[in-house]
Formats: sequence, C-alpha cells, structure tokens
Amino acid sequence: MSEASPAKAYGLHLGVIALLFVLSFLLPEYYHGLLARIMVLAVFATGYNMLFGYVGLLSLGHAMFFAAGLYGAGLAVIHLGWNVPAAFAAGIACGAVLSLAIGLLALRTTGVAFMIVTMMFAQVSYLIILYFATWTGGDQGMVVPQPARILTFGATSLDLTNPTVRYMTALALFSIVLLVTLAIVRSRYGRVLVAIRENEERTKMLGYDTFSNKLAAVVVSGTICAASGAAYALLFGYVGSSFASVQYSILPLLWVLLGGAATTLGPLIGTLFMYYVIDVSSGYTSAYLLIVGVALILLVLFFPKGILGSIRQRWLEWLP
Amino acid sequence: MHFGPHLLLAALEGLVTSAVLALTALGLSLVFGVMRVVNVAHGEFFMLGAVLAWAITTAIGGHPALGFLAALVIAPLIVGAIALVAERLVLRRLNYNPEATIVATIGMLYIIQQLALTFYGPEARPVEPPFSYRILLPWFGYSGYKLSVIATSALLLIATWLVLTRTRIGLVMRSTQYDSETAQAFGIPVGRVYAGVFALGAMLAAIAAVLIVPISQAHYLMGQDPLLLSFIVVIIGGLGSLRGTVVAAVLIGMSDGIISMFFSPTLAKIIATLLVAMVLVFRPQGLFGTASR
Repeated sequence: MSEASPAKAYGLHLGVIALLFVLSFLLPEYYHGLLARIMVLAVFATGYNMLFGYVGLLSLGHAMFFAAGLYGAGLAVIHLGWNVPAAFAAGIACGAVLSLAIGLLALRTTGVAFMIVTMMFAQVSYLIILYFATWTGGDQGMVVPQPARILTFGATSLDLTNPTVRYMTALALFSIVLLVTLAIVRSRYGRVLVAIRENEERTKMLGYDTFSNKLAAVVVSGTICAASGAAYALLFGYVGSSFASVQYSILPLLWVLLGGAATTLGPLIGTLFMYYVIDVSSGYTSAYLLIVGVALILLVLFFPKGILGSIRQRWLEWLP
Repeated sequence: MHFGPHLLLAALEGLVTSAVLALTALGLSLVFGVMRVVNVAHGEFFMLGAVLAWAITTAIGGHPALGFLAALVIAPLIVGAIALVAERLVLRRLNYNPEATIVATIGMLYIIQQLALTFYGPEARPVEPPFSYRILLPWFGYSGYKLSVIATSALLLIATWLVLTRTRIGLVMRSTQYDSETAQAFGIPVGRVYAGVFALGAMLAAIAAVLIVPISQAHYLMGQDPLLLSFIVVIIGGLGSLRGTVVAAVLIGMSDGIISMFFSPTLAKIIATLLVAMVLVFRPQGLFGTASR
C-alpha cells in the first residue's frame, strides 16, 4: 500500500459524505428510507471491519455487540424512561463494557478457536435475551414508542421518526464513524494493527504489546457496532432478538467481504450493494438466502479482496 | 413418578441425544482434524439427511421398516455425493485456507437451507419408526426404537474406530492429518483423501439424522442446534480425538437431558454454552486433545 497524501484521502471521504447528503434531496421516498437504514447498518459493518479487516480477527459474534447497543438503548427508553441522548450513551456504554469483557476472554485464543468462542458468547447473549423475555420481549421483540424518540434541545425538538431527521441523524453517525476510523487507520496505532494482522510474532518481537493493542481494537470495534445498534433502536423503533442471532453476526462479514476488507469505504459499498441485490432480486424470488449463499461462495472464490479491495489492487493504490 | 425413575428416564433420553450427537460430532471432528476445515454447513448436511429420509420413506411406502432401511442407506449416499461435489467445486479451489473455507461453508449453509425451504417447505414432517416395540421397565414402558438408536450409534462408532486404527484407509487418513506435505511426498493422494473425508463427515451427519427423524421429525431449520452442539462436543473432546468426541457427546447429551428435565431448557443451554466457551478459553486443546501443533 503506497502512501496517500492526507488531503486526497480525507477529500475522498468528505466527498462521499457530501454525496450522501445531496442524495437525501434527490431520492424518492422508498430509497430514502432504505438508504437511512443502510447507513446505520454500514456503521455496524465498519465496526466489524475494524477487527476483521485491519487486525485479521474473524469474529462470528458481533451480533452481540450490535444487540448490546440495541437493547442497551431500547431497554433504557422502555423500562427506565430515559431520553434519547442518555439512551444512546447507555447503548454505547453497554457495548464498550461487553466488548472489553469478551475481548479479555476471547483474545486468549487465536484463529478458528477465536471464531468459535465469539460465536458461543454471542449465542449465550442471544439465549439470555430469550430467557429474560419479561423484560426483553423474547423473540417477539419490543417497539420503542414514537413519543420516546423525540430529541429536545431547549426550545427546539427533533422527531427521529421524521424521515428527513432520521436520514440526517443516520448520515451524521455514519460520517463521524467513517472519519474516526479513517483517522485510526492512518494513525500509528492503525499501523500496529495491520502489522499484527500480517505477522503477529514479528510485531511482538519489535516490542509492541500485541495483546493490549488487539484488546483495544476489540473494544473500538464493539463500541462502533453498539453505536449502530443503539441508533437502530432509536431511529427505527424496533428492538428484537433476531438482531442477536448467529445470522446477524454473519451479515457484517458478508458486507465487509463484498465491499473489501481493510478499506474504509468498503463496508458502506458492501452493505449498499447487498441490500440492493436483495431488494431487486426479492422482486423475482423470495429465495434471498440462496443469493446470499451464492454471493458468499463466488466472492471468496473469485474476489477474495472485495469490490474496493480489487479496485485498490489494480488502479487506486492510495485508497485507505 | 419418584425421583429415581424420573432420573432414569432423563438419562435414557440423554443417552439417545448423546448417541446421535456422537455420530454428528464425529463427522465434524474428522473434517476438522484431517482437513483443518471448520465445516459450518455440517448442520445442513444433517438436516438434508432427515429431509431425504422423509422423501424416501414417503416414496417407498409399504411397511415402515422397508422405507426406513432404504433411507438409512440412500440418504447418506446422496448427502455424501453432494458433499463431494461441494468439496471439489469450492473447498479445493480455496486451497483449504481456514478462513476462506469458513466463509464458503457459511455460503453452503444458506444455499442448502434455502433449497430445502423452497423444495421441501417450512413444515415439520414425521417419519414412522421402523418398529414400535415398547420395552416394559418396572416403572414405565420405553420405546424400543430409541434403545436401538443407541445400539446402532455405538456399533457405527466402533466400526469407525476400527477403520481408523486397523485399516490402510485409516492409516492414510491419519498420516494426512499428521503431516499432509510428507504424506503427499510419500505418494498419498492427499486431494482424494480430503474429498473422501469431507464426504464421510457429511455421511455420518446424515446417518445420525436418519436415526433421529422417527423421534423428532424433519424440518428445514433442524440443522442449527446439532451444529452448535457438535462444535461444543468437538471442542470439549479435543480435535480429532475419537475417544474425546464420544466421552464429550455422552457428557453433553446426558447433562442436557437431565438439566432440561429439572430446569428450564434455555437456562440449561446458557450454562452449557458458557461453560464450554470457558473451556475453550482456558484450555484451547480440549479435555482430551494434545497441545496444538
């Protein structure tokens, strides 16, 4: 990867954000709503990419971090009556604490064992959600009532159920996360993460504490995923156990692989592409799992680097 | 019923679970051990076995034993053939890279599940047991078929053990597992061994599924639980250890049977999954495995 000038990289990312902003005024209603959802889920994928793409740790348990944010925010609103910012903060805090605990345990293992351990912890949290059905709504889930989703700053109030406000909030969250990950990836710390991915032994030999660097990456990744979950609960008003299932741990892996692992914009492109493929194909068939399955196999066979990863390899070497 | 007979019933039910689990997990363990491939689609091969068993018994009709025996032979063969094709078309091309194969088998999982839903449908369908003899114990009558499942599974496990330890095929498999490059250098067709092991693993899952179908019905989502439980068994038992797999399967099956009879099944699963995750965290080589290479 050759070095890019900061202006070029930040310019590209700000351009993408500006494009998403302009699209808000151009898109028809249906796609407007879809894109808002995609941006929130792209945050989830970005958090996943942080760990999978840049550190090379394949986790199959990230649904639990998304669910930590989702339920952290949702339960705070429904049972404690907290306002939107407090609930959002609660969701993020749940994700941060959970990812710290899981990271401390799961990082004792590597490779395939890490994948299975994260999947098991995620399964435990899924079962816990089902077990405490009185508070979590079990597999029915819960709806966050509309009046609880209004943000008030003194005299002005923002209704998160309003499509425009929802889109802009999703865009704001996505932009912050995108720029933060870009900064992390380009920092010294980001270099250490890539070094761990490429050769952990050598990185250790160079004097870096690889365990605490990886732990920090798990926490950053888990916190970003939790932010996505918390935003999902508050913006779309639904909190459900299906978001904690194994399938929801696999989806971000698919999005990241499709867009290009270890590229900052890959998660957005992957999420966008997959959603549109499913959206278009569901017009013809209800068998969308088949498409997901075939896409996964074709990707891993022919495009192991994903869309943006292949573009970077062939043409734009400076992509971050 | 008193506590004693109650416990006996729970133990018998647990043993049936253990028997089926041991077969399923053995397939996963072989693939995992020899090829270093985590087959996430293993549960779907299990499901496919059950669904095919339903299709075959319905197609044949007549006495239930006739259809059942046909299913016991044909379903695993079909599943094995499908696994063989998948191995040749996908896994070999990925050069058995651990992470790529995980993603690819996740893809297979989705494809098989969707095809089952499309062609078989969402409903659960029963298969009649080949015989409905009840064995009378002093406290309750118990299904003779369930006991025969335990016996069949035990026989198959012993047969697998004999093949692995006493025959040339077993020797070839073990040498590939131990060091595939050296095995290749000594003229062992490693590619063909891998294909065979992958098909064999899928067939073991399919046999287990045919055995369980008369007890629990065929459903297109039935592969998820055995997959997770098999992972648990393989991990607790230690990679590629047959003895460990059997002991772990009995342990998990019995505790699942007994805990879920006296407590909530969800709570039992939470505790079991958490315990196993902790085993993996603090003893990554499993209870019976040797230190990883």
